[in-house]
Amino acid sequence: MTLAELAQRALAEGISLGRLAVILESEETGIPLDEIVARVRDMVRVMKSSVSEGLGRVEASMPVRPGVLERARRSRSGLSGGDAAKVAGRIASGRNLPGNFLLAKSVAYALAVSEVNAAMGKIVAAPTAGSCGVIPGTFLALAEVSGAGEEDLVDALSAAGLIGQVIGERVGLSGAQAGCQAECGSAAAMAAAGLVQLAGGSPEDCIHAAAFALKGLMGLVCDPVAGLVEVPCVKRNATSAAVALASAEMALSGVRSRIPPDEVISAMAQVGKMIPPALRETSQGGLAVTPTGLRVSREMANRSSVCMHPMPKRPGNIEYTTLTQIRPHFDDPHR
Amino acid sequence: MRLLDVLGPVMIGPSSSHTAGAARLGNIARILLGEPPVQARIILHGSFAATYRGHGTDLALVAGLLGFAPDDERIRDSFAWAAREGLEFSIETGDLGDVHPNTARIELTSRSGKRLSVVGSSVGGGKVEITEISGLPVSLTGEKNTIVAMYPDRPGVVAGITSILAKVGVNIATMRVARSGRGKTAVCVIEVDQDIPEEVVQEVRQLPTIENVIVVRAQ
Ligand code: SF4
Repeated sequence: MTLAELAQRALAEGISLGRLAVILESEETGIPLDEIVARVRDMVRVMKSSVSEGLGRVEASMPVRPGVLERARRSRSGLSGGDAAKVAGRIASGRNLPGNFLLAKSVAYALAVSEVNAAMGKIVAAPTAGSCGVIPGTFLALAEVSGAGEEDLVDALSAAGLIGQVIGERVGLSGAQAGCQAECGSAAAMAAAGLVQLAGGSPEDCIHAAAFALKGLMGLVCDPVAGLVEVPCVKRNATSAAVALASAEMALSGVRSRIPPDEVISAMAQVGKMIPPALRETSQGGLAVTPTGLRVSREMANRSSVCMHPMPKRPGNIEYTTLTQIRPHFDDPHR
Repeated sequence: MRLLDVLGPVMIGPSSSHTAGAARLGNIARILLGEPPVQARIILHGSFAATYRGHGTDLALVAGLLGFAPDDERIRDSFAWAAREGLEFSIETGDLGDVHPNTARIELTSRSGKRLSVVGSSVGGGKVEITEISGLPVSLTGEKNTIVAMYPDRPGVVAGITSILAKVGVNIATMRVARSGRGKTAVCVIEVDQDIPEEVVQEVRQLPTIENVIVVRAQ
């Protein structure tokens, strides 16, 4: 289905894009409407707890385990963590750029969720784990300011998902397929559409907001340092949140994309194919091969492994073990 | 692409392929063993070998072996949980040959001495495929309810299984049989559309020569 058709159908039936997404999913899979809504609602709740964990807040509903906040602050590689708290701290003391409250909050929350992801915390991949901060960052920041409730967020997330479905079918949603435009770009487009819906815009406004975000991030390459979903991914989630907000603002004002949204997606697909493999999640170009990126990558590879028992060296490259004795090579009786 | 594929999964980060998929692989290996493992040898290949530290692939695989789901927050502490549950393990890197870049070989031993080796790949978005069970080529994704039967190869066994399924109206979606040679061990992997009732499993177990029947439920 094209974005134009979807917007038209939603308008004709007098329902939101989010509701249409749920109806179509139910028609397609046979899963009852309520069950789909419940699944999306669970995701909204996980998004809220990811933000809380990333900011180092402990909420009554959160299981408190020793060391959890410590871990929330830093990833296993040590490459990311703690930046969401910096931004949030600055907002709390009222020192954010004057009048920039919503954007600053979105940035803090997007960083928070991405940092939680990097630190092996619980997140919703929306559309992917690498780009998991954009939607919760912008949605929850806006909801805090506007007072939107959980059901509004569920509806907005469903609308975002519908946009993601169209992009996923025609372009793909992974950096390996089409570069970061397919991950953070798609996330920004999905978020933009959802924000418009949260603010009361029409389905038509939603798809144009998505188009603005895709145009803004078109061609964005995927170049993670050391192959890890941290640098530049975490901060790219924050900057993509800003793109989503700008796109929503335009669409809500009645600004229209000169290139129709469906043609924008076609262009994105074409660009994705033209992005060389070195810039599609292989860590062979861009930021990954800067002097610093390469140094980090070497350090990660050389990091001494944890050896819990002294191990004889042998060709299998034992990284570490807790086995008290290494068994002889496992023999498959059928080999 | 479905709505619930775009949104979700709810998972422990940082990577759907290297963390969530790895947990799922460990999980299926545990289910296939049929008993909790006490020893595990894990060999990581390709991109798994290159980036497992940063992605927590090792933690996720061990968590999966302990039965933790891909969204279980105990994944990041799985080594401590392994010690507590009495699971010894080793993590190795090596070359598993011409396989998907995100592949692991898992060799398990249960307390009763049961042994099983599994080769599986994480193929993206948290989805996985088991490609080898105890040296025999299979294809098992765990996306549908699946019956895995192991037995010494003999005529009539597969027909026996399928007729039991037909009797209770369970529809076969895909089926694949592999054996190491005529009359040697065979494995039959059957993906079905419906739920697999426990009595079906019991009945298949009663078939002559069946050594083991495992059900991997869709998630
Ligand atoms: S840079 Fe690559 S790995 Fe990182 S978020 Fe973008 S697409 Fe994902």
